[in-house]
Amino acid sequence: MTAPTTTPAAAVPATANQYWIDGADIADTKAPADVPIDKVWQSRQFQAKLVNPANRRKLSIIVVGTGLAGGAAAATLGEAGYNVLNFCYQDSPRRAHSIAAQGGINAAKNYRNDNDSTYRLFYDTVKGGDYRARETNVYRLAEVSANIIDQCVAQGVPFAREYGGLLDTRSFGGVQVQRTFYARGQTGQQLLIGVYQQLERQIAAGTVKMYARHEMVELIVVDGRARGIVTRNMVNGKVETWTADAVVLATGGYGNVFFLSTNAMGCNVTASWRAHRKGAYFGNPCYTQIHPTCIPVHGETQSKLTLMSESLRNDGRIWVPKKAEDCAKDPRQLAEEDRDYYLERIYPSFGNLVPRDIASRQAKNMCDEGRGVGPAVKEIDENGNERQVRRGVYLDFSDAINRLGQKAVEAKYGNLFDMYQQITGENPYEVPMRIYPAVHYTMGGLWVDYDLQSSITGLYVTGEANFSDHGANRLGASALMQGLADGYFVLPNTINDYLAGAPFDKLGEDHPAVVEARESAQARIDKLLSIQGTRSVDSFHKELGHIMWEYCGMERTEEGLTKAIGLIRALKEEYWSNVRVTGVNEDFNQALERAGRVADFFELGELMCIDALHRRESCGGHFRAESQTEEGEAMRHDDEFLYVGAWEWGGEGSKPVLHREPLNYKAIELKQRSYK
Amino acid sequence: MKLKLRIWRQAGPEAAGRMVEYDLDGVSEDMSFLEMLDLLNENLTNRNEEPVAFDHDCREGICGMCGVVINGVAHGAPEGVRTTTCQLHMRSFADGATIDIEPWRAGAFPVLKDLAVDRGAFDRIIQAGGFISSNTGSAPDAHSTPAPKREADLAFDNATCIGCGACVAACPNSSAMLFTAAKITHLAMLPQGQPERYARVKSMVAAHDEEGFGNCTNIGECAAVCPKGIPLESISQLNRDLIGSLFKADGK
Repeated sequence: MTAPTTTPAAAVPATANQYWIDGADIADTKAPADVPIDKVWQSRQFQAKLVNPANRRKLSIIVVGTGLAGGAAAATLGEAGYNVLNFCYQDSPRRAHSIAAQGGINAAKNYRNDNDSTYRLFYDTVKGGDYRARETNVYRLAEVSANIIDQCVAQGVPFAREYGGLLDTRSFGGVQVQRTFYARGQTGQQLLIGVYQQLERQIAAGTVKMYARHEMVELIVVDGRARGIVTRNMVNGKVETWTADAVVLATGGYGNVFFLSTNAMGCNVTASWRAHRKGAYFGNPCYTQIHPTCIPVHGETQSKLTLMSESLRNDGRIWVPKKAEDCAKDPRQLAEEDRDYYLERIYPSFGNLVPRDIASRQAKNMCDEGRGVGPAVKEIDENGNERQVRRGVYLDFSDAINRLGQKAVEAKYGNLFDMYQQITGENPYEVPMRIYPAVHYTMGGLWVDYDLQSSITGLYVTGEANFSDHGANRLGASALMQGLADGYFVLPNTINDYLAGAPFDKLGEDHPAVVEARESAQARIDKLLSIQGTRSVDSFHKELGHIMWEYCGMERTEEGLTKAIGLIRALKEEYWSNVRVTGVNEDFNQALERAGRVADFFELGELMCIDALHRRESCGGHFRAESQTEEGEAMRHDDEFLYVGAWEWGGEGSKPVLHREPLNYKAIELKQRSYK
Repeated sequence: MKLKLRIWRQAGPEAAGRMVEYDLDGVSEDMSFLEMLDLLNENLTNRNEEPVAFDHDCREGICGMCGVVINGVAHGAPEGVRTTTCQLHMRSFADGATIDIEPWRAGAFPVLKDLAVDRGAFDRIIQAGGFISSNTGSAPDAHSTPAPKREADLAFDNATCIGCGACVAACPNSSAMLFTAAKITHLAMLPQGQPERYARVKSMVAAHDEEGFGNCTNIGECAAVCPKGIPLESISQLNRDLIGSLFKADGK
């Protein structure tokens, strides 16, 4: 145990164990412990059992999701010769939300000759995650990052290039090297199209069977092994079962629990949550990334928030007026000395490129101080009083336009500027953009070991859906890296170790576990349709989102979280007695689709609040007001909380069980983060 | 804002459809077009009527899932603006306006319900060759083959296609030539795409015809509504490659 480097956490509140039960500690047993960090992956690859090519044809794997992590895994497993069944809720695998990532993908190529290395990418990622990620996983991520770029180029991903025909790179938050590869502001789209093309090639080859507009609504577990899923056909409502030798969930994040987020409208936690209820531990559910540069909320009918890429912070300068009385003025009229470039002031060495959690919290602080800009919006404070607050800060490109010329700025960020203008009706080449933080990514997710296997044997989890690589805060351009690392290079090399013991007994439609899963899924659908209450699904979802944002958002307190848990429980109860879902199951019924997802968001939201309540420290995106330095920076308590919180479902109406996976840092020294 | 909406309602693929009128009040000009439809659906739900089905997902103009014909224009962008339906905002409409909303209409895109259609034909065109055959793990270093910037940029311009299907909905022949040409041009402009270049164009065009899309007669409606600005020149590139492929044995 390290010596406490910080002040002790507040005394244990008497109410704590009202909400959870302490369980036994757990550990990852797959990463070889006796080799140096740069040999761990190599050693694991060598130890993992293999399946010979002729036997692969006899085995089947279900992959849920077609984003970077799911599509890449499905295609690669298909190439290897397995029979893959791939599912997605969209009308085509090309629509998965990886497509919306804008800025770029990190890789330790050191093409810039700026002292980059695998170790530095590893170090930056662990530090950026505020020392709450598992060291071995992160090192492997950094290790395979370079292969990803090679793979994508070979597939025809049109990365940005220099005139000499070589790849261009840029900087991202939390690092001082230029290791981010990009394709204008559409990197996610281009990488996903690369994955999609590879997937379609396998579909044509017959190794992958694709089921679009199929939503997973239950997991099938037989004798402790994940053996299949139940889906609802979103066109005709048919509830069907599918069985295989292993199941992979690549179903993305759960940011939509907040209702407003940068996620796609359909993003949901149902696949993960159904697995959680069947025994998969949920790791660090409270770790949420609030992205600093999004377009501010315009009003109460808003359905989603739009991200403006972090890459804009390379050339844009963030500021608010020094004096609150200047906030309503035209920003172009404010003299230099009346502007507060607060990130450059507080963090001189990283400036506008501090990590996302810090940039977001400072924007909130500026607006709380009354120095926000843009239209004032109505808010209810914790005492129930109405107040008007301007929720926005400027992201100003006038310096960059003067320095580089409008043409150069247009070439780099043109599509983002157009998007901003389309949404706000303002021209960002003339007036500074207004931005505000929004929910963007969830670092938490299903707990997995080094092989990416969950606590249910035979259930693997990849990409944003697992908890593994980003700790308490994800650095920019690392999500694309992790999705593709998991899908192309990690899972296809670890799942063999399990499948070497397959094929398992074939399961008939009449197997009791299969019947139970199908019937419980059907019963849930029937229940939702039978309530016939008075409130729409969306109205409940918005109310839940408001509770989450207020009490489990950028700043969390003991009191607020306790209150939130009570509010969520009451709302969930009302939901199950008063929701109105129109139409019938045997149809294209979007209200019913949403109703099932929102029902799971209630349970997840409650667990997020309990996790946030139990973690009485600040780390990364999880900021507990009770645990901060005198300067208002996040303060960790490594003596008490240097572990992954892995939650076990306790049963309907029972408390969840907390299993701790202690984090051991052998290759990296534990420090309090500083970006000053 | 107050609007009169006329929306195509169709219960299922086999059912007959018709335009149904709805009055909608309380629309703000900051709303996106889809948020306006959300508001209508919320009102319909409160009246215990079935909401209008429409496809959508990212709502940032990149996933390509949304798309309806608005006042006769695919995605409904005003003159000179390029946008998807989700990025169209209500400030583009006048208070009191009447708005016609219909699904993509094309034989190869059957209606599933109301405004949602089946675009599976696009995936099948890609399956016919819209890829580079490169298995995971087999790639050489990314810098081993430089790609000239001019061609790489052209590849990028074509790779921005989001597969929404507006080009098909706008075309009087229901042709998907712009969609097919964007993928052909994207891959033809990169060194990695060369080995399969001529086989690809043959098989993708054959799949396009097989799916029941019409022929291109150079009308240009497709490029006019394309939210990503894929130009008509891409179809010329496709035709050049297609003719070129006739002189290559086995399409190589």
